[in-house]
Parts: sequence; structure tokens; C-alpha cells
Amino acid sequence: MAKKKIRKTIEDINRKIKLGKVVVATADEMVDIVKKLGPEKAAREIDVVTTGTFSPMCSSGAFINFGHTQPAIKASRVWLNGVPAYAGLAAVDIYIGATEPSEDDPLNRVHPGQFKYGGGHVIHDLVAGRKIDVRAISYGTDCYPNREAKKRISIADVPYAMLLNPRNCYQNYNCAINLSNKTIYTYMGVLKPNAGNANYATSGQLSPLFNDPYYLTMGLGTRIFVGGAKGYIIGPGTQHNPFAERGKNGVPLTSAGTLMVMGNLKEMDPKWIVGASMLGYGCSLAMGIGVPIPILNEDMARYAGVSDEEIFTQIIDYGKDYPKGEAKSLGQVSYADLKGGTVRFKGQDIPTVPISSYFRAVEIAHILKDWIEKGDFLLTNPQELLPTVPLFG
Amino acid sequence: MYSKILALRFPKKMVNEPIAATLVKKFDLSFNILKAVIYPRKEGLMVLELSGHRKNFLEGLRYLKKIGVLVEDISHDIKRDDEKCFQCGACTAVCPTGALYIKRPEMEVIFDKDRCSACELCVLACPAWAMQVKFDRSILY
Repeated sequence: MAKKKIRKTIEDINRKIKLGKVVVATADEMVDIVKKLGPEKAAREIDVVTTGTFSPMCSSGAFINFGHTQPAIKASRVWLNGVPAYAGLAAVDIYIGATEPSEDDPLNRVHPGQFKYGGGHVIHDLVAGRKIDVRAISYGTDCYPNREAKKRISIADVPYAMLLNPRNCYQNYNCAINLSNKTIYTYMGVLKPNAGNANYATSGQLSPLFNDPYYLTMGLGTRIFVGGAKGYIIGPGTQHNPFAERGKNGVPLTSAGTLMVMGNLKEMDPKWIVGASMLGYGCSLAMGIGVPIPILNEDMARYAGVSDEEIFTQIIDYGKDYPKGEAKSLGQVSYADLKGGTVRFKGQDIPTVPISSYFRAVEIAHILKDWIEKGDFLLTNPQELLPTVPLFG
Repeated sequence: MYSKILALRFPKKMVNEPIAATLVKKFDLSFNILKAVIYPRKEGLMVLELSGHRKNFLEGLRYLKKIGVLVEDISHDIKRDDEKCFQCGACTAVCPTGALYIKRPEMEVIFDKDRCSACELCVLACPAWAMQVKFDRSILY
């Protein structure tokens, strides 16, 4: 890489935040700023770019310590509002996963199943301050003789409730169509037959990892917006794959990087962490995440200035190819087309349907911008960056 | 031109009545049936879009009420819980009338009650369970 003309550190930016002199732009605003000023001038002017995404993110869940009972129990199986939680941990520690359905859910026995209540809804109810029924059973030990305990808890009562999501914030995601001749029900939503609609996710130019495609500023310890509170990136998410094919601008053309994130559930807001039901697929959790991108130099300005026209994804058939495990690209489309309302496929205009909320992503980027401008949110230096690949050029 | 989507409910003695034909012939109205169900106890529910001159429309409505059909403005029965809706847009994949659509470039998901035909497809497709269709089915039982 050529020597950089502009050099800023996280400490420089934090100093400006504390003095109230920081200049923040959302990733949407940054597109025009970089177009107008060029990356070098933009990097001189802008200190932080805020991003946002709001979408069902299945690989989510929470560690909860529900507090000791009297007599004491070493819980071996636990249900929260009838939803099984993982209890293979210390006495009253559990992990509730977002996609775990209620134990008596009929699932897909009557297809498409409705999946009305699951782990994501439990987490949502907790964050919303609602009471939750806990049932725990055990085999009994000398130190923990209790074999069954029931209690009602709320987020305020429990000693500890930490959201810890193993894989969130996919850098890019498939555009899903259905080439079979019947309607299918997927994690990408309802797909009508014969390419009746094209569903897509991510917030495009506003999405966190599209604005730092090589993960040069984020890793373990990066402070972010999670579910309405301050949280952290704690490492690469499961399936983090920096080796995906990339365009000339460094932006991956298929799903690539992912984040593992955490945040204190007690500080979150139910607007930004919502239980979700994907018809015929299962339960999930719709998460709001925003990552601040420090504009340390002109390269970061250029990356954060990326626009929907320059971000592409692949059309994948979820009717036949994907379920067989033989997903292949049937064409490449830009996020500008996807957001525009139709994509061209085999000479036909297919209506596009978002599964992520761009509207809410914009709101997140603005909230984060506001926090930073007010001095309520300082940037952090990651202790270890996410795995990446050598840069182009 | 006046147009409205209505829910007509009729008791079982009336299921054989050619209501739609009468509306066309006697009142010069046109109709588009969006949904028609006869329930197990033979009471009927029909959702249709009725269009024509306002005067004829009101006269047609009077006729329906006179013969004992319960007429409801469908938009009263369908609600979106805006607290629950998280503005994704998944519902727009299944909405056949375009009542649920995305306003661009803001990407805001809009629900236009007046275009809703109460097909209920969105109710299940919505990940947040934000769409509520509350037909008052009590008159049917």
C-alpha cells in the first residue's frame, strides 16, 4: 500500500469526541461526501462513519444466570416459557438460543409451521421487562438436593443476562429466488414459484462490514451498538470467511465476513431486539447492530464511501439448488437494483423483497452518530483484528 | 367513480340469493370478488370490491342492508401493530393487492388499508406477527 497522506489514531478521534469536535457521518451520507470531495479530503473532514443493520439473525442467544433457588438446584434441564434452554453449565447458568422453538410447538407437522414462540421471543420478552416462567429439573446431589424448581423471573431479578451471538452481521448475503413450481418457505421468507419474487438481506451501503471490507478497524473489543445498548465485537463469527471472491473495490461478491458480538441484555431496548417467526422455517431474533468505522486514513474513507451501485450479490435458487447443497450463482445483481424494487432475471423483471429493515438500519446509524457526537460513545482499539486476506493493490 | 372493499356476511337462508348479480343489474355497480367462503353452518362471507357512482353505491348498500346482509367496511377489521412491525418488507412478497408496499427511497413499509382485501396472507408471512385481521365472526355462529 502506498504511504498514507492522512493518519489518525483511535486516540486522536476520541480526543475530538471528548472536545465535542468530532465529525461523524452515516455510511449513507459518506457515499455523497466521498463522491464530492474524494477519499483524501473526506478522510481529512470525517472522523467516524456510522453503519447499521436490522435483520433476523438466527445465530443469536443469551447466557442467563437465573439465580439460586431454595433448596438449591443443579439444573440439568431448563425451560423458559416452555422453550428449552441449554443447561449443561454450572448450577443455574443456561444459554437460550434464538431458534429454539417452544417444546410443544407443532413445528412443520402442518406445513408451513407458524413457529409462534421460541428462544428469540423469550429474549424479546425479557428485554421488554415481561415476566418469564422458569422450570428446572435435576437429578439431585448432596450439595444441590432440589430436583425440580419453578420461578418467575424478570430481567431485573436475574443476576446476569448477557447476549452472546456467535454469528451476526453477515457481510453479504444471497439473493433468493425459487425456480420450482410451488411456493416455498425459507429463512429468506416466502418465495413464490417460478421466480415470483427475489428476497434479499443486509442494508447494502449502510451495512457494517461493507464499509470496512477487509476488517481493518474491527475485532475483539470494538465497541458497537447492539440491541439499543453499547456492546462489543468479540471475534469472528462462525462461518467467517474472508476468502470469498471480491470485486476490485475489495467488497465480497458473496457471503463472507461475520461477527461474534455480545452486550448486556439488561441495557437493551425491545425495539432493537425482537423475536421473529419465519413461516415454515422456525423462530429467530431480529437484531439491530451498528458499528462505528474510524476513518483513520484515505483508504478507510474510500471503503466507507462505497455505494449500493458498487455492491453486488448472487442470485441463488432456493427451490432446487440450495436444498440439495448445490447452490450456484444464477446471476449477479447490485444492491441498487435490489433496493430499486425489481431485478432482471432471464429477461423478466422480478419484484424484490427485503428481509432486513433498511428503514431501521438508517435509524441505528443515526442513533450511533448522535451518541458519538454527544460524547456518550468512545471508540475502542480492537485487541485482535478479525482474520482477513491480503489487500488488493 | 366510487370504490370500496366490503365484507358482506349473510345468514344461511340467504346463501342462494344472487346478490352480486342484483348489484350489477339493478344498481349498475361492478364488483370484484376477493374472497368467498361458506362456513360449515352455511353462513356466508364474501369480500368484494364494489365500484360505481356514489349514488348507486349507496343505494346498493341500502338494498343489501334491507335484505339482511351485514355490511362492513373491511378496513376496520385489519390492523398493523406499528409497535410490532419492524419495517422489513417480507409481507410485500405475498400481498396480492399492493396494500403492503415499500415507499422508496426511504424503504419504509407502508400499509394502505383501502387496498387490503383481507386475504390474510401477510398474517403468517410477517416475522413479527404485526398484522392482525379481526373479523367479527360472532354473527356466523
